[in-house]
Amino acid sequence: MIFAVDLLKPFSYEFFRNGLIIATLAGALCGLIGVFVVLRGMSYIGHGLSHAVFGGAALAAVLNLNYFLGAGFWGLASGLMIGRVSRKRIIGADAAIGVITTASFAMGLALQARFGQAKRSIDAVLFGNVLGVFTSDILAVAGVGILSVVVIVGLYRKLLFATFDPEVAGVSGVNVPGMEAVLMVLLSATILVTVRVIGVLLISALLVLPAVTARLMTNSFGRMLWLSPVLGAIFGGVGMYISWYADIPSGAVIILAGTLVFIAAYSAVGVRRRAQLAGMSHH
Amino acid sequence: MKSSPGADPILMKCEHMSCSYGGAPVIENVDISINRGEFIGIVGPSGSGKTTLLRALLGSIKPVHGKVERLPGLRLAYVPQLETVDWNFPVTVGEVVGMSRPQRLMRPKSQNSELALIEDVLERLGLGGLLQRHIRELSGGQQQRVFLARALIQKPDMLVLDEPTAGVDVRTRHEVLHVLADLNESPPHGDGIAIVLTTHDLNGLAAHLPRLVCFNRTVIADGTPAEVLQPYFLERTYGAPMEVLQHGGMPVVLEQGGDELRNRLNRSNAS
Repeated sequence: MIFAVDLLKPFSYEFFRNGLIIATLAGALCGLIGVFVVLRGMSYIGHGLSHAVFGGAALAAVLNLNYFLGAGFWGLASGLMIGRVSRKRIIGADAAIGVITTASFAMGLALQARFGQAKRSIDAVLFGNVLGVFTSDILAVAGVGILSVVVIVGLYRKLLFATFDPEVAGVSGVNVPGMEAVLMVLLSATILVTVRVIGVLLISALLVLPAVTARLMTNSFGRMLWLSPVLGAIFGGVGMYISWYADIPSGAVIILAGTLVFIAAYSAVGVRRRAQLAGMSHH
Repeated sequence: MKSSPGADPILMKCEHMSCSYGGAPVIENVDISINRGEFIGIVGPSGSGKTTLLRALLGSIKPVHGKVERLPGLRLAYVPQLETVDWNFPVTVGEVVGMSRPQRLMRPKSQNSELALIEDVLERLGLGGLLQRHIRELSGGQQQRVFLARALIQKPDMLVLDEPTAGVDVRTRHEVLHVLADLNESPPHGDGIAIVLTTHDLNGLAAHLPRLVCFNRTVIADGTPAEVLQPYFLERTYGAPMEVLQHGGMPVVLEQGGDELRNRLNRSNAS
């Protein structure tokens, strides 16, 4: 009985309840958007955009602007710029991301060094601060989550076609650059609202881990699209809960929990594939 | 765009068309017209601009000179090279075929009537019962037919295929050719779909088609295989001397140095 009370103890604190809700929602949202990030080979874009958002957040802090306004505008502009530069194919997408986002990150660091008073909120963006969230943060993540679900369900086939086979999709009447822009906007918005939960340094992992784990579990795009957010929510919620007892920063525990599940899925799939191959060699 | 009375309607016509990707033209001064129900093969060496020509026909690149005219309301469908497909993408046969269909608002999954339509097309192409299979789990011929199914479900007037028999074995090549011939055949036995494909396979595929275009940055020759598969045109197309023999009423193209094959064909013809 005493043990059960201990297990439920963290729920008696509002800051923990809020942290658990936002970690679960952020995990689900990153899991959903992560499907496209992984399948389109955009992992590096996710990583780069989170750094770009840091530059915008730093500028907003220095200018006393609203965080969402500064970081959001900056992130969106960076995302669209990366898409535009890489589509022109003059330089590769990875190089475009390297230039645009590291410049933004460096600007954030410079502002932090020059204007010390902005340091606190900038640290929150770098490392995350899941226990210091406000109701507005929860509403922002929930809002972007609902928007993402509506957009992805509404444009499901076009997004799938443009992701799987962009050239044929274009010939078949799908506005492929339009779909890419939609995904960039959703990715930027996701990073914007989740970056304060788990931080710049770990966000790309939460965009990738649920999706690659879901990919190992299914061969269907439709199933991956609900499996990945479910896994992301579990990673977020369980990681947050364990971090309370382990006394380790929640962002790190969330990612480590996801990594363990990924390793388990990878090992299981490895055994199954080997068995399938062995079976095929008998035919 | 109008057709002469009594003739099959012209689906598409390119006049003095040149296309580029920003630099020098990749294809130049191309004149070609495609009629309803035609079956056309485009042959040429690697880098000759065949795929660019297909893209121009499909409208995915715009000509920098000249023009492309299409019959109003023309429905085009494209089957890409299998080599360009990401076989690790998590997508089932049903998802591949269904992705090209318009979606009802907030209803991404196929409803019963649409599912029946997808199953009909798959059944017709010999892919019945494979709806839930991942595309990597299929044979080469089945994989090619899945992408044909995705094109057919759009009910096209004209089907464009890029190297449909590249990298496939002889049996698969026959399977694909039979399916295409059925689709091209006039109603009621077939669909009467105009087909345009590119190929490297002069003897196994191109020589069997009703119309052939030799292409190297522009149209070198356009006609029946007997008219087009001539040493003069082939040398201009491929930049190397080639020999053409007749075997069983079909032209057989030999590269220079094909002495052994020529001797075998001569022996076969003599017997």
